Amino acid sequence: MGNQIHDKANTGFLSSLKGSPSTDEFIKGLWRDNPVFIQVLGMCPVLAVSNTAENALAMGLATAFVLLMSNILVSSLRNFIPKQVRIASYILIIATFVTITDYAIQAISVELHKSLGAFISLIVVNCLILSRAEAFASKNSIGKSILDALGMGLGFVFALFCLGAVREIMGNGSLFGFPIFPSTFQNWIVMILPAGGFFTLAIWLLIFNLLKQKKSIA
Amino acid sequence: MKESITASRDESASTIKMLRAMVGIGIICALLIVITYDGTLPRIERLQAEALEKAIFKVIPGIVKTKTFQLDKNNTFSEAKEKEKSAQLVYAGYDENDQLIGVAIEASGQGYADIIRILYGYDPESQKVIGFYVLESKETPGLGDKIEKDSNFLANFISLDAKLSDDLSKLKNTVIPVKQGAKVNEWEVEGITGATISSRAIGNILDASTNKLLPLIYSNKELFSTKSKEE
Repeated sequence: MGNQIHDKANTGFLSSLKGSPSTDEFIKGLWRDNPVFIQVLGMCPVLAVSNTAENALAMGLATAFVLLMSNILVSSLRNFIPKQVRIASYILIIATFVTITDYAIQAISVELHKSLGAFISLIVVNCLILSRAEAFASKNSIGKSILDALGMGLGFVFALFCLGAVREIMGNGSLFGFPIFPSTFQNWIVMILPAGGFFTLAIWLLIFNLLKQKKSIA
Repeated sequence: MKESITASRDESASTIKMLRAMVGIGIICALLIVITYDGTLPRIERLQAEALEKAIFKVIPGIVKTKTFQLDKNNTFSEAKEKEKSAQLVYAGYDENDQLIGVAIEASGQGYADIIRILYGYDPESQKVIGFYVLESKETPGLGDKIEKDSNFLANFISLDAKLSDDLSKLKNTVIPVKQGAKVNEWEVEGITGATISSRAIGNILDASTNKLLPLIYSNKELFSTKSKEE
């Protein structure tokens, strides 16, 4: 499944813009194959943990870290894992790094861990990570897998931040906790609630699709 | 005949390969997790203790040190040396002169989304609840989580009446949650419009906890203050 999405997106917009193959592995995740706006993967954390810019950034970085580490391990063990048990092996590897991330976040800040809550453990079933392991890391060298994970991870961070910033500004009147509107601003509570997540995602998808269309016409 | 033998040999070879891969990955993963757990545990415990300490200082204003007590099965308090997870803990707070200022009490109950854990300060001298802090809650962001931030709601707990009845066995007036704007008496907790269930839950948690613990704490007032003088 991941393979298909990857191939489909590859033929998409900006495909004429090709640099050297290694920079391409990196750039594609950031923009052309952005995991959220183009591939529409990992929607659960995107909608659930993007209510403030800080949460979005922390969640994005945690996911990017798990993606990077699991891509490295999957790629280095790719000749050792028989194809019948590959999914089980990938899940085991991903779950390990999620557990490590969970401990690390607790050790960094109790407050942060409190606000991310159950969504850290849910990184295990984030289809972005599994699809990169299956579609890319299991078929490519460690170096390429690292570049792929960095690009996709940062693309995910970028997308989450786009949602989180908009939702926090509209819903809380602040960015990273600093108020940016005068106190007379009436907060749009709906933006911090799940419905606001859908609204914001829809608007961003609209913008990305418009850009894509413009490019393909030009 | 020959074909089936090679086929079964292939099968057993691939089974061994699968087993080797799964066990190998399992061992690597287990090692990684154990190393991280051991490496982060001391810091996580320290941070959690610090967060609790900060909360205690917040709910009993004006203290400089604290001491932990636990409630035993026969309803007596003793200084907690080794923390038992299930025991009801209370934290006594003292000022520079080792005078007892108040007692911080942990309580929990069902909120809208999940169990809410709170800490509140009690001053046995004036018989009032003097501070309140949410330790853990998963209430809806933007609505239910106002119980942590709403200044009007938090003002309930600066001086909430919790006088004991004349025989000291229960509260004279139990803590009652009321609607926003309907607070008349000092023992009522004024709710938040838009966070009705969460704010009412706080009132109910306080009601249950104060009724159970305040009579015990009041009658053991001496114990909390004398213990600190011994040191």
